[in-house]
Amino acid sequence: MHHQIEGSEAVARAVALCRPEVVCAYPITPQTHIVEGVGALVKKGQLTDCEFINVESEFAALSVAIGASAAGARTYTATASQGLLFMAEAVYNAAGLGLPIVMTIGNRAIGAPINIWNDHSDSMSMRDAGWIQLYAETNQEAVDLHIQAFRLAEELSCPVMVCMDGFILTHAYERIDLPSQQEVDAFLPRFEPVQVLDPAHPYSIGAMVGPEAFTEVRYLAHDKQVQALQLIPEIGQVFSEVFGRASGGLIHEYKSDGAETIVVALGSVNGTIKEVIDVMRGDGLAIGSVSICSFRPFPLDELRDALKSAKRVVVIEKNLAPGLGGVLASNVRMALRGATATVYTVIAGLGGRPILMNSLHDVFIAASEDKLTDVQFLDLNQAVVDLELERARTTRHSGPTAESILRQNAKVGE
Amino acid sequence: MFQIRIHGRGGQGVVTATEMLSIAAFMEGKHAQAFPSFGSERMGAPVVAYCRFDDKEIRLREPIQEPDALIIQDTTLMHSVDVFQGLKPDGFILINSTQTFEELGIHDFVAKFPAHHVCAVGATELAMTHVKRPVPNAALLGGFAAISGQLQMDSVARAILEKFPGPIGEANVAAAGAAFDIAART
Repeated sequence: MHHQIEGSEAVARAVALCRPEVVCAYPITPQTHIVEGVGALVKKGQLTDCEFINVESEFAALSVAIGASAAGARTYTATASQGLLFMAEAVYNAAGLGLPIVMTIGNRAIGAPINIWNDHSDSMSMRDAGWIQLYAETNQEAVDLHIQAFRLAEELSCPVMVCMDGFILTHAYERIDLPSQQEVDAFLPRFEPVQVLDPAHPYSIGAMVGPEAFTEVRYLAHDKQVQALQLIPEIGQVFSEVFGRASGGLIHEYKSDGAETIVVALGSVNGTIKEVIDVMRGDGLAIGSVSICSFRPFPLDELRDALKSAKRVVVIEKNLAPGLGGVLASNVRMALRGATATVYTVIAGLGGRPILMNSLHDVFIAASEDKLTDVQFLDLNQAVVDLELERARTTRHSGPTAESILRQNAKVGE
Repeated sequence: MFQIRIHGRGGQGVVTATEMLSIAAFMEGKHAQAFPSFGSERMGAPVVAYCRFDDKEIRLREPIQEPDALIIQDTTLMHSVDVFQGLKPDGFILINSTQTFEELGIHDFVAKFPAHHVCAVGATELAMTHVKRPVPNAALLGGFAAISGQLQMDSVARAILEKFPGPIGEANVAAAGAAFDIAART
């Protein structure tokens, strides 16, 4: 049934339809509405047989989730930004222990400087923790990916992060097709854990492992992600048969067949990218895009195949690897090893900077003429940067950078 | 596609107004998208929120650059924020005020727009009468329906009631209806 609702509310209802037995909640913008929404459904009695646990921190949220999942409960939590960093040790542990927790990330920048707005710095920081990472392009996909995530996590016994852009998706009202309980029940079987802490049949989980076996345990973590490369499209296929719409999978291609310039991105910016591509296709340019849904595991072969016609690839990257460029671009280069296409890194949308159609259009035109520099920062205010560099060069006690730039911006605004 | 930008201050229900607009458009079978541009969330701070609707799926995520309609919930913003930025030449302007455009100092500016596209409604006063609280957001949606013709007053009323079921919603619907009547006569 279609509803016009906030992305966070839609995800909360989708999670409830998956019948989680334990939900650990700690608020952090822009994720808060999601756990609030789940909590409200528990309180109203619409989500039954669920322990909704208010914890004292994000570290506790995931630690409690680990305990609950190890005891055989279907377990969910959500966080963002600094909250994900605070639970970092538990993030690695959940994956290392093979516990099928599902966690939403309402993607948000990481400080300092403190910033509540959207980019992908948070989930990128945990990209190698052993979790599967899925990125939603729309709120409909965010809903659908959560339902798929529980099945995927439990089939593999591996935790899954569903990443959705903070504010841009979490706080957007859109038309959402929410499935019925019967449909979700038909798609998502009961949780049959591969390991359970049970006093009646005691064993331990979480042994210390020395050099004699650590490599083998880690190899199997990698192997699990490789298995997910098969399973993610399979689950996407079953989902489309049950729910009548395509969602999920490894990548989404848009007008990329035969395109000479192909744009690659994660998440909601793909919508704006498609609009720009339609304009440029109308002007006769051979341009298309690929939206990566599964960032971990990274679909090297599928991406390489999707990019085979490209002379150049433009990666729109909502995160920065200082001293390198972009994480996504580096991964795309891995997929293209041996190929001749040029890869351009465009850092965009950091800390909520709006990604505008006009700016993307200019950068794609420059790329199609091979006039783009790598790495490029979209809509960077070079004048402000130059002033700040000059100030730091000429003043030893130059003080904090962020405050100085804010003062400069305020002067320009006067 | 039709795009609306609402300017107001924290506590005036700016974000909620765009959400209700999107619900009203959805009720008329349109695709609609509403989203905020949050600053630091505090009472009285300038807030901008957006709503766009279309007959097909909306993929665009950029903040609205060239609105078809502006709703200005607080005229004091006109001194500090370029609220009219990017407004299309045949766009609509709805201002929450009991003052004339001369008194507001924008007569020459609004004269460039089609006469029936520009309207001031004392929505805060209407809210005080009907809702007993100075929240102009719902009332202004009635005014918007009247001047733009983009949404039916009935859908606006149903959207308000979906967001605020019960007496508060009814009171806001009454304020919106009164604003609709004033704007329709202007």
